[in-house]
Amino acid sequence: MTQPILQLQQVTLTFGAHPALRDIQLSIQAGERVALVGANGSGKSTLLRVAHGLLPASQGQVLPLAGKRQAMVFQRPHMFRTSVLRVVVWGLWLQGVPWAQAHTLAAQALQRVGLQDAAHRSAPTLSGGQQQRLALARAWALQPDVLLLDEPTSSLDPHAKREVERLLADWLDASQATLLFSSHNLGQVKRLATRVVYLEAGRVLADLPVDHFFNHSLVHSHPEAHLFLKGELL
Amino acid sequence: MNSLSDSAWSALELLFHFDPVLWSIVGRSLWVSLLACSMACTAGVVLGAWLGVARFAGRDALLTVLNTFLALPSVVVGLLVYLLLSRSGPLGFLGWLFSIKAMVLAQAVLVLPVVTALTRQCVEDAERNHGEQLQSLGAQTWVRSLLLAWDERYALLTVLIAAFGRAVSEVGAVMVVGGNIEGFTRVMTTAIALETSKGDLPLALALGLVLLAVVLVLNVGISVVRRWRQGVDGAINSPVHGVTL
Repeated sequence: MTQPILQLQQVTLTFGAHPALRDIQLSIQAGERVALVGANGSGKSTLLRVAHGLLPASQGQVLPLAGKRQAMVFQRPHMFRTSVLRVVVWGLWLQGVPWAQAHTLAAQALQRVGLQDAAHRSAPTLSGGQQQRLALARAWALQPDVLLLDEPTSSLDPHAKREVERLLADWLDASQATLLFSSHNLGQVKRLATRVVYLEAGRVLADLPVDHFFNHSLVHSHPEAHLFLKGELL
Repeated sequence: MNSLSDSAWSALELLFHFDPVLWSIVGRSLWVSLLACSMACTAGVVLGAWLGVARFAGRDALLTVLNTFLALPSVVVGLLVYLLLSRSGPLGFLGWLFSIKAMVLAQAVLVLPVVTALTRQCVEDAERNHGEQLQSLGAQTWVRSLLLAWDERYALLTVLIAAFGRAVSEVGAVMVVGGNIEGFTRVMTTAIALETSKGDLPLALALGLVLLAVVLVLNVGISVVRRWRQGVDGAINSPVHGVTL
């Protein structure tokens, strides 16, 4: 087995006295598509933020493979008060890409998500689905090796949800990038993930290939996980 | 000139006959406040934006002091600047006392905490809402604070207009450090105070009307910026501050 592209070793994170993550052990290989599932407050978003370096672990270690780029798309991506094109250009510029080259790459990224005609529109005036596509374009332009998504379609209508999923699937097929995402949508998990990590109260309760996860006796024997799979904790 | 209507009529005559004394006072007032606000806003926006994002030991204490300065009476600012610029003060060698420069400095000191505190609040709210997205893109503290300030530029524009309103309408500080010298350091507010005490109500009233008009224009400006922002970006999230005398 090759060296994992991202590893979390005995990661614990506490907010004051409240433990948000407890002793998380996670090893992700390049090309894997890992879904984080669990009820609200189980630690999915926090785990993503710790993996991305936005929150420091109280204990344990986060070990991204050296030289591998990460990009994260948030549940409600903030659209800066500038043009659609500039939103992507700023993202590239912040990563050290020269301004002129950033414009070329940004235009390509917008083309990829079908927003080329909206390039000069004000970004905050886009619809929710378009904003999420723009956030994907910004992440795609960075050409990350690991893509982290925090419930990327939770606030979208079914049509926009399908559109974002299709773009993601195309991107992952073409780039072989690694995906780590959180979702409440079990259908989406089945469609996008190859592996599922079930979290409960900041702990990993199950870490299984996607097919096994939905049939595994451990998951079904655990009352809360069982309810979650039945959709009653959504 | 006993009745209010007579005074008002004489005031309007002064205004519309372009009385040179009156309009030179108005011009000086606007110039002093414009210079003071330019200085205070440049420093205040940068400092406030940084305070909105940076986290360091003693930050809370610093913010408490900053917020206290918001309530500084202008006459106290005048006194402090007077002590700084007086012959025996640390900046006495500049020879600025009773000059336009001293008035600009006093108004800048008066307005700086306002701009800094309001910018800090505005940028801190933005940082709380979407700072981590910028952090995720690799923006460190300084870059993040400046980008967030730029992103909140319409809200900050209203802060700057409000700051100008505060500067142009204050009387205590410029009176103390400028001395209200006719044709040299006399501005609208100090002239109103003097002419009222002398009983020359038409000039005081005319200057009062101009001052009110300036503040009215500023508030219209805030309203226009707000509507423009709504048109460009959709909903407004940040507070918009009006100007009060």
